[in-house]
Amino acid sequence: MLSRVADSLYWMTRYLERAEHTARLIDVNLTLMLDESPLSADRRWQRVLSGLGNPPDFEWTGDADALANLITFDASNHSSIRSCIISARENARQVREQISSEQWQQLNRLYHEVTRSYTEDPAGAQPSEFLQAVITGTHLFQGVTDSTMNHGEGWRFIQLGRYLERASATLILLSVYTQEFWSQSDLTMEGNEYLEWIGLLRSCTAFEAYRKVYTNDVNPERILEFLLLNEENPHAVRHAIDCVQQALEAIHGEAGKRRAAPLGRIAGRLQATLQFAQVPEIIGQGVGVYLKEILRQCQEIHTNIYQIYIHYSIETALAG
Amino acid sequence: MTSVGSLNPLDSPAFANYFLDDAYDEMFSSAGAVRPPYAPLIENFLTMSQDELRRRKHSADVSFLNQGITFTVYGRNEGTERIFPHDLLPRLITHAEWAHIEKGLTQRITALNLFLRDIYHEGRILADGLVPREIVFSCKHFRRQMRGFQVPRNVYIAVVGTDLIRLQNGEFVVLEDNLRVPSGVSYMLTSRVVMKRIFPQLFRRCHVRSIEHYSQSLLATLRSLAPEGRPEPTIVVLTPGVFNSAYFEHAYLARQMGIELVEGRDLVTHDNVVYMRTTNGLRRVDVIYRRIDDDFVDPLAFRSESTLGVPGLFNAYRAGNVTLSNALGNGVADDKALYAYVPQIIKYYLGEDPVLNNVETYLLTDRVQRQHVLANLDKLVVKAVGESGGYGMLIGPHSSAEQREDFARQIEADPRNFIAQPTLNFSRAPCMIDDHLEPRHVDLRPYILFGDRVTIVPGGLTRVALRKGSLVVNSSQGGGSKDTWVLNE
Repeated sequence: MLSRVADSLYWMTRYLERAEHTARLIDVNLTLMLDESPLSADRRWQRVLSGLGNPPDFEWTGDADALANLITFDASNHSSIRSCIISARENARQVREQISSEQWQQLNRLYHEVTRSYTEDPAGAQPSEFLQAVITGTHLFQGVTDSTMNHGEGWRFIQLGRYLERASATLILLSVYTQEFWSQSDLTMEGNEYLEWIGLLRSCTAFEAYRKVYTNDVNPERILEFLLLNEENPHAVRHAIDCVQQALEAIHGEAGKRRAAPLGRIAGRLQATLQFAQVPEIIGQGVGVYLKEILRQCQEIHTNIYQIYIHYSIETALAG
Repeated sequence: MTSVGSLNPLDSPAFANYFLDDAYDEMFSSAGAVRPPYAPLIENFLTMSQDELRRRKHSADVSFLNQGITFTVYGRNEGTERIFPHDLLPRLITHAEWAHIEKGLTQRITALNLFLRDIYHEGRILADGLVPREIVFSCKHFRRQMRGFQVPRNVYIAVVGTDLIRLQNGEFVVLEDNLRVPSGVSYMLTSRVVMKRIFPQLFRRCHVRSIEHYSQSLLATLRSLAPEGRPEPTIVVLTPGVFNSAYFEHAYLARQMGIELVEGRDLVTHDNVVYMRTTNGLRRVDVIYRRIDDDFVDPLAFRSESTLGVPGLFNAYRAGNVTLSNALGNGVADDKALYAYVPQIIKYYLGEDPVLNNVETYLLTDRVQRQHVLANLDKLVVKAVGESGGYGMLIGPHSSAEQREDFARQIEADPRNFIAQPTLNFSRAPCMIDDHLEPRHVDLRPYILFGDRVTIVPGGLTRVALRKGSLVVNSSQGGGSKDTWVLNE
């Protein structure tokens, strides 16, 4: 498969995953805002911005609706939901022949929905109306992808994009929440704090799943365990890394094992780390430090994928 | 005879707006009788209700839309991707007509290929004075970098789309040779797929010859041009990218042939060998069906600011490690001024008279001809030699005095840049305009493949000037297309 094609497929899904994550985060926080005093709004939206990795040009000015609007619609900002979907579609357009017609149609529909609702009425555009449409649209795209595309190399790169983006997003969000709430957590929570932890779970579509495993006992350590180390929760970091590792092994198999050895090592080690880690240990090391290290390893995997499969130098390729 | 067949179809309401004049009508003789090959077609259409017709038309449109059969219009910002307008009524060509066209095109391509080889090597035809040197060397598509270079199998022109029109007397003549990167073949192939689905019975009744083998023949042609010693060549289609007007076609052909569609940035050269970057490392490339203009192929050899091409590609080509198809520098042979000399070129290399004639052409570098043209601008068509797609054209009878003055000035300033031809009343075919049938001008572009042999799939792109009275069939200027059915005996 052409490196450029792999690159486009990878970024197509990364952008979609990012759009979905951002949409859910905004949606959850807009709802939570209704239950709280204006005083805590400051902290909330600062936290949302940190949870998105503090994208440049977005600033909290005291108006939640304005900020939500900006993050949703601002075309001049690369991190807005609208920009993410435009970028995803642009990547798909570059490899139109490599994806199925169903995929293309679904992505196109989503694109038109997002661009149209804004251009028709920029002033009256309401984020809440189609945050749901974005979430549903991206879910549909994933389903269509899995059931209409060959599960070959191209699909594997789609998996890589999806799960690396998801792992990073969950890690950043976890960092922000643990940094803010962990210190004061003596395991008896007040109303607001309880809501915030539920907000975190909701932002990862994990609240229902969490309750099924741990009952409605909301406890930060268990939340950390659930979002970081759970094997079955599709938004847990461990699950995402398992999928990344699976995709990488399939790609190594098709594209030659020897070149991929360093990447196999990094990903394998990360998978094992998450598989055998325990929450008390992590707390012992310091949660913040631990999450940061996992995030760094995710970035290392990304860098290595690019070095080995996409932007390799001609000299190394000719020598190998 | 059915009851419908015994009536004159021109009396039916569908033909209320129809008219016949001295232009050749593809469906009716000048006396108003249906030409025999069209009999089943007209019968079929007249027995269909308006609703039925509308339903089928809609079904065809949806099919084009879903397949993403679009082209890009330059010079507009909004909505640049458009569906190619498609007319439901096929255009028919009889067995005998096609045999004649096939013979003429084969002859023409063979001669033009010999001409290209000659001017990039010995230049015999120039020394013999049949073609003036100025015309060749002043052509902006002449590539001195190609001098003395032996192209594989001496094939310069592997893929051609030649534009034919039909004159009042029914004769097919050549309007233009497209020897660089002709496009449109994907419309021929996809519109056939749609028509077969929409009119299966009619299609069977008419005994239409198949064009299914085009992509296979294209692949075989490209394979036959592979460098020596590469028995299993890797062949790719090189596209300028998604923003090119013909991107759909590039992707379509690559998919049909089962080969990679690459952009310039996918290719690298090393030691005069071309590779493509794959996730599995570098893979050697042997034949490139390039859909990028000469100028942009290699920034080291041609336009240095181009980012579409591949640095070092031209050297690899000259080293014989990769085949570019079509060859570079072909534009000198489809220059509109050189066009006037093609009949002599055929005679010179093959010793034969041309099977397909040219349209009468005035060369504006000649003082006498120029004066005649300038005095008759309102009757003639003037074309810029280097332009295509219907751009840079003056149609005398449809022009304003202002436009004519503008062209007169441009001609005086640079006569080599223009040619003039009589305004041709070329043939018309019935088209569905709203709910009626109306005659519209049509041309014909068959596609010729030239590798170890000449292959012309029986068919082509019939382009329609959909605007009433218009003589311009180009898709960028409001043209549409019809499926072209070449009939078995």
